[in-house]
Amino acid sequence: MRKAKSSDIAGRQRRAAWFFLAPSLAGVALFTGIPFADVVRRSFLDPLGREPVGLANYAAVWSNTAFRLAFANTARFLAVCVPLLMLVSLVLALLVFNRDGKGSFYKTSLVLPMVIPVAAMVLVWKIVLCPDGVLNQALTMLDGWLGRIGAGGAYGAAGAAAAGIEPTGNLAATAVTVGNAAAQVTQKWDTDWVNGPTAFPVLVVTYIWKNAGYDLLIWTAGLASISESLYDAARVDGAGFWQRLRYITLPGIAGTGGLVLILSVVNSFRVYREAYLLAGSYPDTSIYMAPHLFSHWFLTLDVQNMCTAAMLLVGASLLLALALAAVRLLAAGLRRLRS
Amino acid sequence: MAVFRLRHFRAAHLRTLCLAVLSLLVWLPILLMLAACLMPEDELLWRYLEPLGGGRDRVRAALLPAYPSAEPLIELLFRSPGFFVMFWNSCIQTLPALAGQLLIGAPAAWAFARFSFPGKKALFFFYILLMVLPFQVTQVSNYLVLDRLKLLDTHLALILPGIWSTFPVFIMTKSFETIPTALLEAAYLDGAGEWKTFFYVGMPSGYPGIVTAMLLGFIDLWNALEQPVAYLKNVALWPLSLYLPNIAQDKASVAFAACLVMMAPPVLFYLNGQSELEQGIAASGVKE
Repeated sequence: MRKAKSSDIAGRQRRAAWFFLAPSLAGVALFTGIPFADVVRRSFLDPLGREPVGLANYAAVWSNTAFRLAFANTARFLAVCVPLLMLVSLVLALLVFNRDGKGSFYKTSLVLPMVIPVAAMVLVWKIVLCPDGVLNQALTMLDGWLGRIGAGGAYGAAGAAAAGIEPTGNLAATAVTVGNAAAQVTQKWDTDWVNGPTAFPVLVVTYIWKNAGYDLLIWTAGLASISESLYDAARVDGAGFWQRLRYITLPGIAGTGGLVLILSVVNSFRVYREAYLLAGSYPDTSIYMAPHLFSHWFLTLDVQNMCTAAMLLVGASLLLALALAAVRLLAAGLRRLRS
Repeated sequence: MAVFRLRHFRAAHLRTLCLAVLSLLVWLPILLMLAACLMPEDELLWRYLEPLGGGRDRVRAALLPAYPSAEPLIELLFRSPGFFVMFWNSCIQTLPALAGQLLIGAPAAWAFARFSFPGKKALFFFYILLMVLPFQVTQVSNYLVLDRLKLLDTHLALILPGIWSTFPVFIMTKSFETIPTALLEAAYLDGAGEWKTFFYVGMPSGYPGIVTAMLLGFIDLWNALEQPVAYLKNVALWPLSLYLPNIAQDKASVAFAACLVMMAPPVLFYLNGQSELEQGIAASGVKE
């Protein structure tokens, strides 16, 4: 048996590894590692950074109403946006997927929003979302149409009564009279979509618009890894589209789904850029999220609050990661039990 | 038989219809912006006074300018030195960081992917943890470190932390992991040392991962908002991502043209590297 010499591949690799790794490690330690350790340290110190105060900072931050609002909003955004994003991008991936793998105009188009800088799109969003913008004009037009055909909105029987018109049995006649009255009482939409309670759904939509493309690429990779022969076998056995989807596609991309979930959660903090550019540093309460609070604390140099809240954030993410890992282990265990 | 073919025919067309409608959702905003780049100032103010911050007035959106004119582009590219300063700032803050990510991150990724050494798993997990952390978590301490190094209010405050971002290392590691070991053993048998193997065999084979890391890194750096806000007080050092939102107050006529110019580099980069991007993302997603 040859004695392992340091000139062995393993030994040589070990030494080379440190050379390869050293520049990266040094910088990461300096620019991210040390700051992170410092944050941990400061979360246990007083505002001047000298005396240890135990868990007092954590108690203070936890009972801070702004923190609770920001935390709740962040959690709400994650809970709404991430599943929606995963679903939308999965549907898009299924629509766009073609097995020969050649690029298509549609795939390029759907991924394009990911590369367009947010700052460049803000003006266009404002065109659509401002009080006299495209969305409000479209809604006003829709309301007008609905009114003219005597259906829905403020222009059904209630609307007719409000306008002082007797609804006759003849729908067309009612429609005409209601329509004429409606033309005089046309409700004009002028919601400021970005600066009111509608800010949350608006942010969700713009976020999904921007990020569906990235998840789409990951889903596509997952779809491509499912072997074609499985589908052929299923088709021969008479499985229809929905059955193939349910029994082959979805189980096959369950692993990819885990990665999409993680990356979507990580990316969701980037929504701050959109929120900041559209609504400023102090937006409507429905979209006041953790990054807004942090930047406020940064401006007021509230260091120990920032550090403590940062630790709470890290703690929450670790809990989430552990929960995910636990679910995965459970699922794998169940699968093994069943087979 | 005919019924089967009819159903297939309708399904394929339904799919194309859906895709066309969705692509419209993507292209309409872009076309709106393109049209606005060709509108002279008075048309811009007539159409888009409110989004440009000039007061309440009905938005008259259009996909084609009523009076096409190259005025915004000429004004922007030839008569706005301020814009060029910002554009150049963006370049200064992005490109060196990108180069650094490649020079420093690629060897690290190679080490994670191909070598085994004590503590590798823990270290890689640490890298992933740092990658996942939002910027705000380390914002204050980063600020203090940069202050200590006297780098605040300089371009280096953005370049240096950007170089040591751990996300490119993650992507490149996953891509390097997909290289067949046999290829590397062949290189070793031919007498190549670790460095030569990495440089002459590993880098070309891991090219999709490298392109992906560079592209995603470029997009992230080009878009950077939180870091310049926190670390740059001097307006003369602001990148485009900070300058653009304020440009409408400065010069409304070039606002859309500026958006177009800011959009151009990432989009062109992406169109060029599309297939490598897909491969790189596939490598990072597929579990062995």
